[in-house]
Amino acid sequence: MPALPLHEAGKYVAAAYVVVFALVLIYVAIMAIRLSRVERELGELLEQADRRQERENAPEDLARPGAAV
Amino acid sequence: MYGRGLRALSLATAATWTVALGLVFFYAPLEADQGFVQKIFYVHVPLAIVSLCGFVLGGVLAIQHLRTRDARWDLRSYVVIHMSLILGVGTLITGSIWAKASWGHWWVWDEPTLVSFLIVFLLYATYQPLRFSIEDPERQSRYASVFAIAAGAFVPLNFAAVRMSTGYVHPRVLGDTSNLPGPMALTFLVSLLAMALLYATLCKYEMTAKHARGQVRALRRKLSGEAQAQGRSAAPTLHSGSSGPSPAPSPRTAGATAARSAGASSAAPATSSTPAVGRPGA
Amino acid sequence: MRRTVGALLRKEFLVELRTLESVPGMALFAVSTFVVFHFALDATSVNGKEAAGVLWVTLLFAAMLGVNRLFVADAEQGGFDAFLLAPVDRSALLIAKALALLAYLAVFELVAVPAFGLLLLEPSLGQSMPDLLGVLALADLGIAVIGTLVAALAVQTRARDLLGPLLALPLLVPIVIGAAKASAPLLAITAPGASPARWLLGLGLYDLVFGLIAYAVFDFLLED
Repeated sequence: MPALPLHEAGKYVAAAYVVVFALVLIYVAIMAIRLSRVERELGELLEQADRRQERENAPEDLARPGAAV
Repeated sequence: MYGRGLRALSLATAATWTVALGLVFFYAPLEADQGFVQKIFYVHVPLAIVSLCGFVLGGVLAIQHLRTRDARWDLRSYVVIHMSLILGVGTLITGSIWAKASWGHWWVWDEPTLVSFLIVFLLYATYQPLRFSIEDPERQSRYASVFAIAAGAFVPLNFAAVRMSTGYVHPRVLGDTSNLPGPMALTFLVSLLAMALLYATLCKYEMTAKHARGQVRALRRKLSGEAQAQGRSAAPTLHSGSSGPSPAPSPRTAGATAARSAGASSAAPATSSTPAVGRPGA
Repeated sequence: MRRTVGALLRKEFLVELRTLESVPGMALFAVSTFVVFHFALDATSVNGKEAAGVLWVTLLFAAMLGVNRLFVADAEQGGFDAFLLAPVDRSALLIAKALALLAYLAVFELVAVPAFGLLLLEPSLGQSMPDLLGVLALADLGIAVIGTLVAALAVQTRARDLLGPLLALPLLVPIVIGAAKASAPLLAITAPGASPARWLLGLGLYDLVFGLIAYAVFDFLLED
C-alpha cells in the first residue's frame, strides 16, 4: 500500500501515541484511588491508636496492679 | 524500603521521554516507504521489546523465589509480569493501528512478531486467573513461580517457532530493526531506553504501593489485636519487615485448609502477629 | 527410578482400564468433531493444508480432555500424599504421567486417525502413513510433556477444567505449527510430498526443551 498522505497518517500516529499516554494515565488514576484508600485507612488506624491511648490513660489513674489492657 | 530512588527514577524517565519524543518528531527523518506512519515504530517496538524482556525477567525472578522461598521475589515476579502484560496490551493496540495504517487491515497474520506476541499475551493473561484460583498463599506463590518459569522459557521458543512458520515472501516491516540509518537508530535507542525506564518506574511504583498496603494491614493487625479476614487475592501480600522465608499461613488459611480434605498444607502455628485473642477456626 | 516409573505406569493403566474414563471419551470426541467439521466446512472431503488443520485441531482438543483428567483422581483421593510419603524421586511421577498421557494419545489416535481418513480425507492415508506416524509421534510427545505440566498446575486450582486448556493452548501453538506444516504435504492430494525435515527438527527441539523445563520445575508443584 502506498504511504498515506500526511493528514491521514497523522491521525494514526497520534492515536498510537495517545494509547501509550492513556495507559500511563489510567495507571495514575488507579494509583490515586489506592493512595486515597491508604490515606483513609491510616486515618482510621490513627483514630484507633488515639482511642487506645485514652483507654490506657484512664485506668492508670485508678492504678490497679495487673490491670489488663 | 521500596520507595527509595523512585523519585530519581521517575525524573530520569520524564527526561528521557522528552528527549525521545523530541527526537522522534523533530530529528528522525521520514521513512521512504511508509512516510509519517512509520513514526509509530518508535513506540510500538520498544513496547514489544520491554514487554517481552519483562516476561522473561518474571521467569528469572520466579527462579529466585523458588530457590530462596523469600516472598519478596514472588512479589517482584508478580509485579513485573503484571506490568509486562499492560505493556503487552499497548503493543497489540499500537501494532494493530500500525497495521491498519500500513496495510489497511486491523490485523495481519504475516507479521511474525505480532502473531507471536498475541500468543504470548494469551498465555500470560492466564497468570492472574491462575493465581486467583489458588487460595493457599504459599501454594499460590509456588505455582505462580512454576508458571512464570515455564512461560518465560516459552517466549523465545514461541518467537522462533512463529518466525519459522511465516513464509519468506513478505518482508518484515513492523519489527525489523536491522538496516536502520543512523539518525533513526539513535532515535530508536533513545525511545527504547525511555520505555525501559518507564517500565522500571511503574514496577517500582507498584511494588512500593503494595508494600505500603501490606504495612498498613500489619499496623491494623497490631492495633486491633485480631486477624483481619483477608479476601482472596491474586497478588502476593508482603508482611512488613519480612526478610526471611515466607511466613506461615495466616489463621484464615488455617481455617480454610482445615476444612478442606487431607493433602492440603497443614495449619502451621500462627505467627506472632496474633496475640492471645485466640485463633478463629482453631 | 525405572522401577518407580514402572510401578506408577502400571497403576495408571490399571485405573484407566478399569474406569475407562479418558481414552474412549477422547476417541469419541475426535470422531464427533470430524462430523462437526463436515458440517462446519460444508465439505465432503479435505486435503492438504485444510486436512492438516482439521486433523490437528481435533487431536489437540481431544487431548485436552485427557489432560483435564490426568491428575484428578490423585488430587481427590489422596494419591499425591501417598506418593509424597514414598522415598522415591518425585520426578518419577512426571515421567510416569507423561508416558501415560502419551499412551492415551497413541491409543485414541489409533481410532481417530483412521476415522479421519475414512470420513474426511480425500487422498488415502496409506501412502504417507510412515511419515505421518513420525509427525504424530513427535507432536504427541510435546503434547504429553506440556499436558502433564499444565495438568499438575491446574489440578490444584478451583477452575481446573477451564484453566487447563487455557494454559495449554498457547504453549501448544509451536507444536501445532510444526505438526501442521509437517503433515500438510503428507495429506496433499497431488503426489504427497515428504515433510520438510525442518519442522520435524523443530518439533523435536521443542519437545526436548520443554521436557527439560518440566523436569526442572515439577518437584516444586508436589510439595505439601
